Amino acid sequence: MTYLKTTTFLIAAALAAPLAAQQSGGRLDIVVQPEPPGLMMGLLQNGPTQLVAGDIYESLLRYDSDLSPMPSLAKEWEISEDGLTYTFHLNEGVLWHDGTPFTAEDVVFSADVFLRETHARLRASLAYVDSITAPDDLTVVFQLREPFGPFINAFEAGTMPIVPKHIYDGTDYANNEMNATPIGTGPFKFQEWVKGSHIHLVKNEDYYIDGLPYLDEVFYRVIPDAASRAVAFETGEVDVLPGGSVENWDVPRLTELEGVCSTGKGWEFFAPLAWMWMNNREGPTSDVRFRQAVMYAMDRNFVKDVVWNGFGTVATGPVASATNFYTNEVTQYDYNPDKAKELLAEMGYDGETVRILPLPYGETWQRWAEAVRQNLNEAGINAEIDSSDVAGWNEKTSQWDYDLAFTYLYQYGDPALGVSRNYTMDQIQKGSPWNNVEGYENPELDKKWKAAASMVTPEERAAAYAEIQKEIVDDAPVAWLQELEFPTIYRCEIQDLVTTAIGVNDGLRDAWIEQ
Amino acid sequence: MWKRFSSNRPALVGVVLLIAVIAVALLAPVLFPNGPWKMVQRPFLMPMAVDGLPLGTDTLGRDVAAQLAYGAQVSLLVGLVSTLVALLIGVPLGALAGFYGGYVDEGAMRFTEFFQTIPNFALAIVLVAIFEPTLASITLAIAIVSWPPVARLVRAEVMSVRRREFVDAARLAGLSKPRILLTQVLPNTVSPIIVMASLMVATAILLESSLSFLGLGDPNALSWGYMIGAARTVIRSAWWLSFFPGLAIIITVLALNLIGEGLNDALNPHLRQRGQKP
Repeated sequence: MTYLKTTTFLIAAALAAPLAAQQSGGRLDIVVQPEPPGLMMGLLQNGPTQLVAGDIYESLLRYDSDLSPMPSLAKEWEISEDGLTYTFHLNEGVLWHDGTPFTAEDVVFSADVFLRETHARLRASLAYVDSITAPDDLTVVFQLREPFGPFINAFEAGTMPIVPKHIYDGTDYANNEMNATPIGTGPFKFQEWVKGSHIHLVKNEDYYIDGLPYLDEVFYRVIPDAASRAVAFETGEVDVLPGGSVENWDVPRLTELEGVCSTGKGWEFFAPLAWMWMNNREGPTSDVRFRQAVMYAMDRNFVKDVVWNGFGTVATGPVASATNFYTNEVTQYDYNPDKAKELLAEMGYDGETVRILPLPYGETWQRWAEAVRQNLNEAGINAEIDSSDVAGWNEKTSQWDYDLAFTYLYQYGDPALGVSRNYTMDQIQKGSPWNNVEGYENPELDKKWKAAASMVTPEERAAAYAEIQKEIVDDAPVAWLQELEFPTIYRCEIQDLVTTAIGVNDGLRDAWIEQ
Repeated sequence: MWKRFSSNRPALVGVVLLIAVIAVALLAPVLFPNGPWKMVQRPFLMPMAVDGLPLGTDTLGRDVAAQLAYGAQVSLLVGLVSTLVALLIGVPLGALAGFYGGYVDEGAMRFTEFFQTIPNFALAIVLVAIFEPTLASITLAIAIVSWPPVARLVRAEVMSVRRREFVDAARLAGLSKPRILLTQVLPNTVSPIIVMASLMVATAILLESSLSFLGLGDPNALSWGYMIGAARTVIRSAWWLSFFPGLAIIITVLALNLIGEGLNDALNPHLRQRGQKP
């Protein structure tokens, strides 16, 4: 009997051990590239701002790597049967960093007043919202006009950061002097920003979850040159290289170092998908057979393995596989130069030169364009690379002066937020490089996109999007290339760094250092 | 003259090296029928690691040897054509200025100075950035930044030659001024121009390489400068990607300089061979 008890105790101890092992304390140095223009996330949502300010500001929900919502400021939530009423129950005892209690009024102010004015992407979703109310201090109700499936994905920190009403109500938001010392509810408080050097955050001692965060302080380091960032990591000056902060070629060298770990996770919410715009209006690319030939001509697995060092997934269509409602039951464009040649012969391609416009984001993208040009040349397409800087790329894509142009865009967790904008006719508008730049016109599909956005149940929406994907992949309005994965490189003693769909952006809440 | 040149050993070495580079450039399509961009093997193969790839492969698994050969074409072509264009601008301008003097001279020299006051390389960068980088625009930009010294040199030579007796004789014989310039004066200024031109080709190759290194090369023409620029980010893990094109540039530029020196010695009767008694 005694023997049995001891065993039980040992098993229990063994099971308990990993949970008890989380250690408090320590400091992290993280690269932020480039230096953010500001940290007030309600006003700015570019990448570096989200990386740093994701520790300061929070939203109602967080999302795991399957994009299922998890509690954040809201501990529980309900969606009514008809998909029109979203009710959130907030955590108790949450304080702003200046000590003021956080209430439902802050949420109403943020979503209904502040962000409606400052946040273009959220404004599009809020167009479906009829009213936002706070029946009591700990409850918020979003009442929708019509069902909008992707609405549950709108409560991410970068999409709907909750800002303090007591600081911003009635002020000029953009010029509020508190923007320089942001006040949020997050696990870390803003301490100091030495421009050109670092941003210093310290632990929020009054954080509403006991024991969190584990880290004492975080330094976001500004190092302008990619090679210097790699060296800083090697010498131990920084501990974390977030995705995209070093050149792809340096990734294998750094990850092979002793005690260095890496992960491609933490981008599921953004699900960056790379493709080439193909000008559907004129030239050979206006012929669907030519566009299909381009798809067959490209050896996309080669690019994934060689240019991206194996990070990422070859795309099968417009929806990234990490996103909800993805289906792979579509025409597969495997590497098949012979098939490409057949299609070209069938359409009577006359050898007209097509220009490839690379994305001017560094060596990786230039090499990618060179690989595609070689693939196309081998399939009998006369292709040459057009050179451009960032401004030129913006100008050429938004003025439709291109044949093939590289790009990549975020999907924000739902086809209605990040996919349909590139394929529907109401998004054909000169002047923006982010909308339906290729000029694809398919009124039938437009109706389906619209219907799918406001269906209530996920099952209905999944069926609708599956149908859309099947049809659009055959038309190949753009040349889908790859779901990008930007590896996060970090020292192995850092635990639980990337646990959510936005990775390091809001991961420091749970991160800890094993000593 | 050829005798004087051929007794100059460094100059002969230069000629041999240059002929070798030209031969490689001309034979590139025969030696490497797949072109320089073809991905042939795994990336980052060391030199000699795999049979048939003596110089290894680059970041995309392309044959470095093939890239070097095709790069020679681009480098030589840009070097020669831009020098020719520079001569076409510089020689007439300098000749007119030196021969007619006066307002013509003043005007032409102020115009030349305008170009000489701007740093060569900076002007080339600006020109290539304004036009889109293509082989033609790069060649033109290099020509535009390199003609002023030619104009200066030709002007000085013409000024000294036009005072000689044979020019007076020609004038007395009733030849027109343009005819004297073309048939009597210019032919006597050719030797310094040839020397200068050979050195200009070398400078032009360096300029093109520098532009490509900075990413201002023609993305559809593979040059040595492009190879080094593309290899810069991997210089710590793949030394051969920047080493071989660098070596190629050094060899070619050295060969042209040796030839230029040799020509200078051979064509300048006052100097004869250096280190020997006049």
